[in-house]
Amino acid sequence: MDRGPWWATFNGLHRVRHDLRNLACIHTPIPRNYDPTLHPFEVPREYIRALNATKLERVFAKPFLASLDGHRDGVNCLAKNPKSLTTVLSGACDGEVKIWNLTRRKCIRTIQAHEGFVRGICTRFCGTSFFTVGDDKTVKQWKMDGPSCGEEEEPLHTILGKTVYTGIDHHWKEAVFATCGQQVDIWDEQRTNPICSMTWGFDSISSVKFNPIETFLLGSCASDRNIVLYDMRQATPLKKVILDMRTNTICWNPMEAFIFTAANEDYNLYTFDMRALDTPVMVHMDHVSAVLDVDYSPTGREFVSASFDKSIRIFPVDKSRSREVYHTKRMQHVICVKWTADSKYIMCGSDEMNIRLWKANASEKLGVLTSREKAAADYNQKLKEKFQYHPHIKRISRHRHLPKSIYSQIQEQRIMKEARRRKELNRIKHSKPGSVQMVSEKKKHIVAVVK
Amino acid sequence: METVPKPGSNVPPKKERLQAKKKKPRRYWEQETTGTAAGASPGPPRKRKRNRELRPQKPKKNDTSKKFRISKKPRELKSPGPQRSLSGAQDPFAGPAPVSVEVVQKYCRIDKSKEVPHPKTKTRSRLAAAEAQEEETSVRAARSELLLAEEPGFLEGEDGEDTAKIRQADIVEAVDIASAAKHFDLNLRQFGPYRLNYSSTGRHLAFGGRRGHVAALDWVTKKLMCEINVMEAVRDVRFLHSETLLAVAQNRWLHIYDNQGIELHCVRRCDRATRLEFLPFHFLLATASETGFLTYLDVSVGKIVAALNARAGRLSVMTQNPYNAVIHLGHSNGTVSLWSPAMKEPLAKILCHRGGVRAVAVDPTGTHMATSGLDHQLKLFDLRGTFQPLSARTLPQGAGHLAFSQRGLLAAGMGDVVNIWAGQGKASPPSLEQPYLTHRLSGHVHGLQFCPYEDVLGVGHSGGITSMLVPGSAEPNFDGLESNPYRSRKQRQEWEVKALLEKVPAELICLDPRALAEVDVVSLEQAKKERAERLGYDPDATAPFQPKLKQKGRSSTASLVKRKRKVMDQEHRDKVRQSLEQQPQKQEKAKPTGARPSALDRFVR
Repeated sequence: MDRGPWWATFNGLHRVRHDLRNLACIHTPIPRNYDPTLHPFEVPREYIRALNATKLERVFAKPFLASLDGHRDGVNCLAKNPKSLTTVLSGACDGEVKIWNLTRRKCIRTIQAHEGFVRGICTRFCGTSFFTVGDDKTVKQWKMDGPSCGEEEEPLHTILGKTVYTGIDHHWKEAVFATCGQQVDIWDEQRTNPICSMTWGFDSISSVKFNPIETFLLGSCASDRNIVLYDMRQATPLKKVILDMRTNTICWNPMEAFIFTAANEDYNLYTFDMRALDTPVMVHMDHVSAVLDVDYSPTGREFVSASFDKSIRIFPVDKSRSREVYHTKRMQHVICVKWTADSKYIMCGSDEMNIRLWKANASEKLGVLTSREKAAADYNQKLKEKFQYHPHIKRISRHRHLPKSIYSQIQEQRIMKEARRRKELNRIKHSKPGSVQMVSEKKKHIVAVVK
Repeated sequence: METVPKPGSNVPPKKERLQAKKKKPRRYWEQETTGTAAGASPGPPRKRKRNRELRPQKPKKNDTSKKFRISKKPRELKSPGPQRSLSGAQDPFAGPAPVSVEVVQKYCRIDKSKEVPHPKTKTRSRLAAAEAQEEETSVRAARSELLLAEEPGFLEGEDGEDTAKIRQADIVEAVDIASAAKHFDLNLRQFGPYRLNYSSTGRHLAFGGRRGHVAALDWVTKKLMCEINVMEAVRDVRFLHSETLLAVAQNRWLHIYDNQGIELHCVRRCDRATRLEFLPFHFLLATASETGFLTYLDVSVGKIVAALNARAGRLSVMTQNPYNAVIHLGHSNGTVSLWSPAMKEPLAKILCHRGGVRAVAVDPTGTHMATSGLDHQLKLFDLRGTFQPLSARTLPQGAGHLAFSQRGLLAAGMGDVVNIWAGQGKASPPSLEQPYLTHRLSGHVHGLQFCPYEDVLGVGHSGGITSMLVPGSAEPNFDGLESNPYRSRKQRQEWEVKALLEKVPAELICLDPRALAEVDVVSLEQAKKERAERLGYDPDATAPFQPKLKQKGRSSTASLVKRKRKVMDQEHRDKVRQSLEQQPQKQEKAKPTGARPSALDRFVR
C-alpha cells in the first residue's frame, strides 16, 4: 500500500482493474456509485419502468386457475377447512355435499346430505367434522374423514328441527354453533335442543355469522331489511340497523373485531363499524346486480364479493370501488364465494354447478420465485405504487374487459344515478335554502338504527 | 494503520472512567484519517524541481464539527458512547455512524420548500411517511459513499504556486506508465481540423476531420476500430448510445456508420447538419443545420420526432444540458435559446453577449452554463430559475470552444491554447480568475471534450488530436449498472436491451426533469373545482357550525342563534385579519415598479 502522492493524484488514470474486465465471468461485486449526477433522468426513467410494469401486469393477468365440476345442481354454499388448505367443502341445491382436494383438483368424497337444498355448511374449528343444514329441517354433523371400508356414509348426529334452517355457523373456539331460520338458535353440540333462541321481529333470517375475534358476538341478516347483532352471553339481541333493501350475507373482518361487511340486494356492499351503525364506514359500489355473498381475505385488508350479475369483485376495505373483477363466459350467477386461508386464492360456486378457483392477485406468478424474480417483483410493485396516480398508468391499471351485459348495465345505471342526482340538485335549487339537505351516499341507505 | 485500543480490555478506575465518559468516543475513521494524514506526511515532502507538490485530497470525512446522525431516539446522541455487552467488552462504535449534512444533501431528492395545498389528513400522513423514507434513503446513500473505491485526483502547486505553469510533460513524467500512455498526440495534418467525441463509457474515441477522415478507436488500448475517408466535408461526429454506432454530419446529409466503418444509414431529412448532439436516455439525435432547423431523430425507430425552426439563421453552436436533455442553441445575435422537442417555441431565450455566441457548454449537474461570444467574454450563468450571470471574464482572444468535465472543470479553446478552470467542488461554478491548467497545441482548436471517468481532455485541432491529462476532471467512481467502461460485449448487449426498454419519450423533456414526481397543483385545484360544480356542493368544505343542544333550558332559540353568531363573527374576523395581512405585501411588491423596468435589470446585483 505504498502510494506516493502522485498515485493518489491520478486516480482514474492509473486504475488497473483487470479483475473488472469481465464482470460476468468473475463474481466480483459490480461497483456502484449512487451519485445522482451519474443517474440522470431518474424520475422519467422510473416512470417509464412503472408504465412498463403496469402494462406487463395487465399482460400477465390470468386469474382463472381451475374449475371443479361434479355437482349435479347449482352450488349453494362453500366452506373452508380451518386446518387444511387443500380441503374445501361444497353443498349443492340437490342436497349433495362434496369434499374437494384443491391440489389434485378432484372431488374426494360425495355425500347425499339432505333432501332439497343444502342451505348452509360450516366446519368445526378443529377441522375434524362439519355441519350442514338443509331444506329438510335437519342439522347434521359429519366426520371430515370418510367412512372406512364397509361402513355406511352416515352423519355423526342429526337434529330434527321444527322449521327450515337457512344458515349455520360454528363458534370459533367452543363446541357451540348457531343456526338461523325463523329465529337465531344457539346450540350446544352435545344437545338436541338449542341453548337459546333469539328473535327480533318475525321475518326469516338468511344468514348468521360468528365474530372470529370477539367470539361471543354474532351477526345476522333477515329479509325484513335489517342486520341484527347479538351477544351470545345475553338472552336478547344487542342492536339492529335497518337498510333500504335486504342484506343477503354479512362477513366479519378477521383482523378488526368490530368491522363487518354486508352484501346487499341494492347492488352495494356496506362496511359497518358495529359501534356506530348509523353511518357505514364505506359503501362499496360496483356490482350491477344483487350481491349474494362476501368473504374477507385473512389479512383483513380486502374482501371478495359474489353477485347475481355473474361476476365476482375484489374490494379493498377502504375503497369504495373494486380493484378487480373476475368473470368467465360460462360462469352464471355466483351464489357463494370464499377467500382461502393462505390469502392467495379465491373460490366461487355458481349456478351452473361449478366451483371455480381464482388467483387473488391476477398477475401473480405462482410457484417458487428465485430471489431475483422476487426482487424484481417487489421493485415493480413499489414503482407502480409510486406512479399510480399518473393518468396514463391509472388508465392502464384500471382497464378491465367486461362482458357486454355488465358493461351496458353499468352505463345504464350511471345514467340513472346521474338523473337522480340532478333531480336532487334541482330540488335543492328550487326550494327554500336549508329546507332540503344534501344527503351523503353513506347515510342515504340507512333507514334506522334500533337498540 | 494503527489499531484502535479496546477500551474494554483495560477498564480505568472509577474516577478516570468518569472522565472518559465525558470524552467523545473516538471513531475508527477519525483514527484512520489522522493515520493516513500522518502516513502521507511521514516521509520528507517530495521536493521536485520547482518546489511543487501534488497532494492527495483531504478526506471529506475529516470535518467532525458538523456531524449528522439519524436515529429514531434522539437520546442516543447523548448516550455516553461505549455500551457494555455481556462479555464486558465495550462497543467503541456505539450507535449509527455519523454522516455529514452536505453529503446527505447531495442525495436528498425531496424539495421541502414546495408544499401541497390543503392536503387531507390521509394524504398528509402519507406524504410525511414518504418524506421520512426519503430522508432515510439519502442517509443510507450518503453512508455508502464510504464504499467508493477511488478518490478524485487533483493538482496543487506548493506555497500558492500557479498550477497553470505545470506543463503536460511534467505531469507525464511524474505519473505511472499506464497514465502517461493516456497523454498522446495524433499527428494528422493532412485532413485537419478535427472534431472528436468520446463514447458514454469513456472507452472509445471517434474523430472526424474536415477533409473527410473519420476514425474510431478504443483509445485506452489504442486499438483502431475503423478508419475511413467519406470523401466529403465532415462537420461533426457523434457516438450513438453505444460505441457500435457512429453518426457523422457530412456536407450534405447525416450518415450513420457502424464500428467497422460500414455505412448503415443515410438520413436525408437531416441535411447540412453542422452540429450533432445525442440524448442517450431518449435515444434522440439532435442535429442543428445550416438551414436553421433543429431536428430530433429517434435513432431507436428511425423517425424524425420534431423539426423545429429556430428562426435565427445558420445554427452552428449547440450543446445539450445533460441534466434535463434540453438543447441549448447559440445564435449570432448573442442569445442562447433552450429547446425541447415537445415545443415549437424555445423554452427560454437568454441574452448572453453583445455579438454572436461562439460556444456554449452546460455542466453535468445542469446548474451552470458557460458561454463565450464574439465580444471576447466568457460568462457563467446560473440555469436554476432566473438564468442570471454568475461571473464573467474577458479573454484576450475569446473562446471558440467550451467543455465542462464531470466534476465541473471548464475547458476553453482559444486559438491554439486550451485553458482549464476549476471550482471548489463538484456542483460549484469554476472560478474564472486563475486557470487551473493551460496547454498550447500545434494547431487551432476545433473540438473539445472531457473524457468521462478518465482524467483526460480530448482536443481536436488542425494538427490532429491531442489527449491531455487533467487531474481531477473526471468522476473516479463509475456505476457498473449505468455505464461501465470495462463492460464485456455480452454486458453491453444486455444493457442495450434494458436501456431501450426504458427509453424516455421525447415529450417528457422539459426544464425540470423531476416535475413528473411532483404534485400537479394546478390541475388538482381545477379538478376540485369541477367536482364541486358537478356535485353541487364542496365535499371538502367544513360543515357549517351547528350548536350542540344543552341541558337546563340553555338551548333556547335565542341562545342557539347567539352561539351561532359568535362563531360566525369569529370566522369573519379571522378572514379579515388574513386579508389585511396579505395587503401590505402586495403594496410592497407594487412599490419598486415606479421606474420603468429595463431589460438590463436582470444584471443588477
